Amino acid sequence: MQYLLLIHADESGWDKMPKSQQEQGMAAYMSYSEALKNAGVLVGANRLQPTSASSTVKFRDGKTTVLNGPYAESKEQLGGYYLIDVADLDECPGAHHGTMEVRPIR
Amino acid sequence: MPESSQFARDIAQRVARESYGKLVAFLAKRTRDVAAAEDALSEAFAAALRDWPITSVPKNPQAWLMTVAKRKIIDAARSAQVSAASQEHQILLQEELSTLELSDFPDERLGLMFACAHPSIDPNIRSPLILQTVLGLNAMEIGSAFLVTPEAMGQRLARAKHKIKIAGIPFRIPDISELSGRLEVVLEAVYAAYANGWSDPINSQNNLAEEAIWLGRVVTELLPNEPEALGLLALMLFLQSRKNARRNDAGNFVPLNKQDPKLWTIHMFNEAELLLHKAGGMKVMGRYQLEAAIQSVHTSRRFSGITDWAAILDFYDALHKITQSSVVAINRAVALSEVKDPQAGLDALPNLDKNPQLANFQPYHAARAALLSRANKHQEAMTAYGLAIGLEGDAAIRAFLIEQQSTVLETYRSKTRLPLSPTAI
Repeated sequence: MQYLLLIHADESGWDKMPKSQQEQGMAAYMSYSEALKNAGVLVGANRLQPTSASSTVKFRDGKTTVLNGPYAESKEQLGGYYLIDVADLDECPGAHHGTMEVRPIR
Repeated sequence: MPESSQFARDIAQRVARESYGKLVAFLAKRTRDVAAAEDALSEAFAAALRDWPITSVPKNPQAWLMTVAKRKIIDAARSAQVSAASQEHQILLQEELSTLELSDFPDERLGLMFACAHPSIDPNIRSPLILQTVLGLNAMEIGSAFLVTPEAMGQRLARAKHKIKIAGIPFRIPDISELSGRLEVVLEAVYAAYANGWSDPINSQNNLAEEAIWLGRVVTELLPNEPEALGLLALMLFLQSRKNARRNDAGNFVPLNKQDPKLWTIHMFNEAELLLHKAGGMKVMGRYQLEAAIQSVHTSRRFSGITDWAAILDFYDALHKITQSSVVAINRAVALSEVKDPQAGLDALPNLDKNPQLANFQPYHAARAALLSRANKHQEAMTAYGLAIGLEGDAAIRAFLIEQQSTVLETYRSKTRLPLSPTAI
């Protein structure tokens, strides 16, 4: 089964971290990605720009409107994703940083 | 052929009772679709009731049911509109199902229970889900036990089964590294079923207590070296051994200290003692073993005539350390009052300001009322009994509490001859 692992974390929290801690965090993500790759389950992965770079596009009454980024008030934001292919839910790895939402692909 | 028809019906019902969960577990594990497995099985049972009286009962009824159910699943999958990817899956599935050895298939009920009690399933539906999938109880039976309408229960069960299917929840016993945490959830679901049946001892429709014991047996059969699983089964058997003593002939509630130990079921608490002893030998303590140990002390009143409250207090101390539960704290306070004095018990009760959820918890007010009464604080005891009576749903227990309250009132009047303040009544 394919699962999309959505990483939700506090963006501002990351920026407030000292450089050494950020580097540690990055290293953890790198080795996590490496482990998924080596296990042969990684389909794709990406980091996302912060939500300040985000826009919302709506199509209403025949008109397209573009708005400033969504849910600025929520505490955790989508920061990146992994797309993996594993046997079942219990094989999905957890996250050390932020919260990992595990969504099966239809 | 009314006789052979009855015979076939009896066999079908016996097989249903004994193999329902095994058949569901086996089929659902391979299809990941609990609802489809249940539907196929219910059709297979209907076919058995129809065919067996005419064709005679097959040599291996379980294998017969499995063959029919399997065919129903394959037919249903064929007729459904399916995408190319899932068609491929269906072909694999059909191949696997058709090559099965039917006479001796593995017992995968525990895997099914772990799927139903998976952390990603809503905690409130885990216990009902296990009762339905492993025991075959319907939404009406489960709904009435959990005080939910059959429609609402049916919907919640259907949603949970759908989640198992689409979220890819596995049907297996977790690895050693995560077994204890996951097993705890399964045991919790089994105990929730038991507690539900226990609180309703009169209603013969509600067999949940016995069903939960049966589930406890399934778990210990398949995981014989898990001390907490043994502890839970021991706990349930201790409690169940006192079932017949909990109400008198008139149907009135009899508190534990007034129960006649001769009415307790010997073979049940003997078995419980053995299980607890075996669990203790594994040297890993846990909440179910401690709760069972407390019940064991209560039950040994049968031999000694007295209750060893000091031992019970020790167990409650240990239990409170593990659970940090305010409910345990209430029980601990009662044990302390027996070891020291009622005032010590009152002082040890959890504080309502810090535990506001206890304000609507009947056992808190009932325990406090009894302690206040023993401490000769009659007016406060009257008020506390009033709150406990108002919160109690069971008529027999309510009648018992009302009787206790009037005893307090009489004692108060005989001692003071003063009118009671209206707020206390």
